[in-house]
Amino acid sequence: MSKVRVLVGTRKGAFILESDGKREKWEVKGPHFAGWEMFHLKGSPVDPNRIYASQTSGWFGQVIQRSSDGGKTWETPGGEKMPTPGGPPPGKSNHFLYDASPETGKPLTTHQWYDGTQHPWEFKRVWHLEPSPTDPDTVYAGVEDAAIFKSTDGGKSWNELSGLRGHGTGPKWQPGAGGMCLHTIVLDPSNPGRMYIAISAAGAFRTDDGGKTWKPINRGLKSQYIPDPTAEVGHCVHRIAMHKSRPDVLYMQKHWDVMRSNNAGDQWEEVSGNLPTDFGFVIDVHAHEPETIYVVPIKSDSEHFPLDGKLRVYRSKTGGNEWEVLSKGLPDRDCYVNVLRDAMAVDSLDSCGIYFGTTGGQVYGSADAGNSWAPIVRDLPAVLSVEVQTLP
Amino acid sequence: MILVVLPPHLRTLARVTGDVELEVAGQPTVRSVLDALEARYPMLCGTIRDQATKERRPFLRFFACEGDLSHESPDAPLPEAVASGKEPFFIIGAIAGG
Repeated sequence: MSKVRVLVGTRKGAFILESDGKREKWEVKGPHFAGWEMFHLKGSPVDPNRIYASQTSGWFGQVIQRSSDGGKTWETPGGEKMPTPGGPPPGKSNHFLYDASPETGKPLTTHQWYDGTQHPWEFKRVWHLEPSPTDPDTVYAGVEDAAIFKSTDGGKSWNELSGLRGHGTGPKWQPGAGGMCLHTIVLDPSNPGRMYIAISAAGAFRTDDGGKTWKPINRGLKSQYIPDPTAEVGHCVHRIAMHKSRPDVLYMQKHWDVMRSNNAGDQWEEVSGNLPTDFGFVIDVHAHEPETIYVVPIKSDSEHFPLDGKLRVYRSKTGGNEWEVLSKGLPDRDCYVNVLRDAMAVDSLDSCGIYFGTTGGQVYGSADAGNSWAPIVRDLPAVLSVEVQTLP
Repeated sequence: MILVVLPPHLRTLARVTGDVELEVAGQPTVRSVLDALEARYPMLCGTIRDQATKERRPFLRFFACEGDLSHESPDAPLPEAVASGKEPFFIIGAIAGG
């Protein structure tokens, strides 16, 4: 029987939740890396035992962790062994050095700061790790301050894909309230050269040549909180989702507005429809129904909790615009948590499972595509990210 | 022999349970002690000082012999009591969070 493994990153460690395909009884393992902020964990699609994790701390900075046995044991890639004389040098798995070499493009050294002045790029942490769909040793990292890095040696070393910062608008990017983070990386499974990224608060970008060159894909976005609401960059995109069977169709939860693109981001249209509020962070797509999407509406950008204290997931089976509320099993009162941008995921079992985590430490799961929900665990530290692996 | 006391999170990361003993050639300094520490425990690279600039991370402090060495030159000789292993070299995480 198939199994499901849910990887949960929290403010104070990582947890691994496992169940069989029924998804009724769960085993909670952890905390791993207790006391550290675990921004994101994600498994390799081609080797589910290979899991990458971003471990961060305001005191000690960034650490990359890697497991080769499904999360039972972990190592810092290349740094797990004492170097020997004449042997290979230790890996630099947490060395994210911004590219400033003129050979690789126009080096960028500053972006816009909160006060409008230019500010140097400073690495802070890895927000998102996206393993390759074809090679377990290849993984991308989205970081703060916004940039994308790539490793082809299992996380031992990283190189920036500097064409993103260097394409021209970089000096106009400025941080959102949570920092200037590259938080979303979506790989096109049918086109190895194409990927999408999103930055708060710069917007969405696409490459068609494996990361050498990038273009902003923000046409159709309207953001009233920036001087030019339809500017090329400056939009606070919170999350982008794609169904692997239709890689040209993208869904976006923006700061405000739920958006859809039918042409790989060249043009967006709003599909917020009858949502009670279109502010939110997460958005995801049903594993088998590319027109079925999920969001968790949040009251506003100044009140990061559900409307009226009722935690609700909204589902559209029409690719947006027409939304139905999903409430069975979710709190009906006194609920004032948030659901952060990387904290929703779906499994690929026949009856699609949907999972999300809250800043109150709950991880909710639905084994019936959202019709009913139950907490898998209630009292974790604030949940930063949720990913799911469907195992044979 | 230099005795180094790590904060608990770095002990966990380095997979050591107690204090760390290091051999450092010549007159030990903050820089040479940290170089030796990172060579022996490569997973600590970047967690105490910046990978590129080698600057101390802002929320860490270096203490020894009841003194704060955090703002001393990294190439200044460490006190004799540290160099002889009589007193430990402390790497301390700043208290924060209320």
